[in-house]
Amino acid sequence: MRILKVLYKLMFALESSTKRGRGLIITIGLPVILIMMACASGPAEEGAAPAAESASKLKGTIEIDGSSTVYPISEAVAEEFNKVFPKVRVNVGVSGTGGGFKRFTVGETDISDASRLMKNPKETSKAKENGVTYDELRLGTDGISVMVNPDNNFVECLTVKELKAIWNPESTITNWNQVQSGFPDQKMRLYGPDSDSGTFDYFTEEINGEAQASRADYTASADDNVLVRGIAGDKGSLGYFGYAYYAENKDKLKLVAVDSGSGCVEPSLETIPSGKYTPLSRPLFIYVNEKSYQRPAVKAFVNFYMEHGPNLTNEVGYIASGNATYTDNKDKLAR
Amino acid sequence: MNKDKFITGNINPNRRLRKIIGACVYLLFLLSTCVGIIGLALLIFDVLKEGIPWINWQFLTDFPSRDPKEAGLLSALFGTIWLMFLTALFTVPIGVGAAIYLEEYAPRNLLTRIIEINVSNLAGVPSIVYGLLGIGIFVYRFGSDEMFLDRVLMAGALTLSLLVLPIVILASRESIRAVPDSYRQGAYAMGADKWQVIKGAVLPSAFSGILTGTILAMSRAIGEAAPVIAITALVYITYIPAHPFERFTVLPIQIFNWVARPQDDFRSLAAAGIIVLLVILLTMNAIAVFLRNKYQTRSEE
Repeated sequence: MRILKVLYKLMFALESSTKRGRGLIITIGLPVILIMMACASGPAEEGAAPAAESASKLKGTIEIDGSSTVYPISEAVAEEFNKVFPKVRVNVGVSGTGGGFKRFTVGETDISDASRLMKNPKETSKAKENGVTYDELRLGTDGISVMVNPDNNFVECLTVKELKAIWNPESTITNWNQVQSGFPDQKMRLYGPDSDSGTFDYFTEEINGEAQASRADYTASADDNVLVRGIAGDKGSLGYFGYAYYAENKDKLKLVAVDSGSGCVEPSLETIPSGKYTPLSRPLFIYVNEKSYQRPAVKAFVNFYMEHGPNLTNEVGYIASGNATYTDNKDKLAR
Repeated sequence: MNKDKFITGNINPNRRLRKIIGACVYLLFLLSTCVGIIGLALLIFDVLKEGIPWINWQFLTDFPSRDPKEAGLLSALFGTIWLMFLTALFTVPIGVGAAIYLEEYAPRNLLTRIIEINVSNLAGVPSIVYGLLGIGIFVYRFGSDEMFLDRVLMAGALTLSLLVLPIVILASRESIRAVPDSYRQGAYAMGADKWQVIKGAVLPSAFSGILTGTILAMSRAIGEAAPVIAITALVYITYIPAHPFERFTVLPIQIFNWVARPQDDFRSLAAAGIIVLLVILLTMNAIAVFLRNKYQTRSEE
């Protein structure tokens, strides 16, 4: 009610600009403006983080954004990092690889999670324009897995050609017997990530030859769990998504091997990092802004990332790159 | 089919058939009522079954973690509380002020009509549009790459204020309009001037309605995920914002993130998060009902 009074008085003062009114504007308006200014220049002090181990007094804020696939790794690293450096704030967002690059290339974020290379000329030129130089650090690999319902007893392996026949934008396949002559008469229903997903970009580029080119009459979801449930509950289903989601739902899904010309290969903890599972193995990266890396907090975090990255990458369900890659990453940072 | 048509088309009233039709219609309407209620009941039952075992003190006081057993929603909970508080701070004075102006002061002309129509239209704009608007004017300065407020609580609160302002204005206007004109006439007859009339006669009887509308608008604001995701884009933070110019996350974003995880346990955490959000919403609605009842009886005395 008091606020109302103030508001009314201001209105009144404006309408009837008498001398008394002007006085009111000043007496009420000034404190309001002062308070707002005090707020705007608000204290930049660190929050009340319990300094359990005051061993580390390193302070600072690190801003990370990008791929939802890489997010679990960055979150795990941030969590472990905070145990050692409790006063450093690590903010991790999920805007997708493309969305993360948009913020990274204007210098808004220090680190960008990515499930593909930054090769889009729009992104690289934007980075150049804004003077953002960066290091590209490989973390590991995710194998996009093709799956069917566990009750499906006829599909063991599909060639890249067959996958393209099923998924290309002009595809008219609606029955399994259209894929291979030996397959029974069984209606086929398709499940896959929606078009904002990096998985979708990668799959369509590798299988259909053009990123974002896909048939549209399939059940699309940004939530991979929806796809798991869809495939698990539908006898004629076929779908694809990241290996981590398969690993968590092995009993509900049946993996399909992919033949890219040199025999059928199933994605597994061996075939994905070795490169045998092609063409659906995709690399996972973080991009580090070189200017941010000069800051002690970011430097400590990235070095921590490189040290614990392999373990944590495996822990959250992906396959970490070998020692050679990580040594290479450290060399890049040292330069 | 033909036979039915013949019978109902006939003037000769068939009591039995009419009774059957009457019963069928009754069942049909009962069923359509049940669809909504049963759907809601199933949803709540499912969420409670999944989430209750996960709600404990640690869940409410810990920061997010990759281990579901250690994960909590403290940062999101405080983000939501902060956002609600700041949004209320902006919307209540502006919304109620606008409503008083439109109802009590504004002259009835074309401009006022245009303003009124636009306020009603704004109440129906999808929330993500406000999110993008918020990014454009509060996070960046009018769509350039230049930062204005950054992705902080203040930007989120200002965006949500834009989102719920039309609702607050509409609700406040409704309740101000519902005050009988005789109250105003009576006050004028006692020699009161315009502000005294509004302060002494109109606002006290409109108060409960304004309050209910505002609280309901706030409940809508804290349930919104889309505009806040556009503003903050954050899910993992491990501190409680100390002032309005810090980064933040809110409950709907945290729930959204947990639902999308591969591990089943995170889905249960999401259910637990939904319960916390539901409790906050229901508490706010209960306060609205309580205050309405309290002030209604008082004004009738």
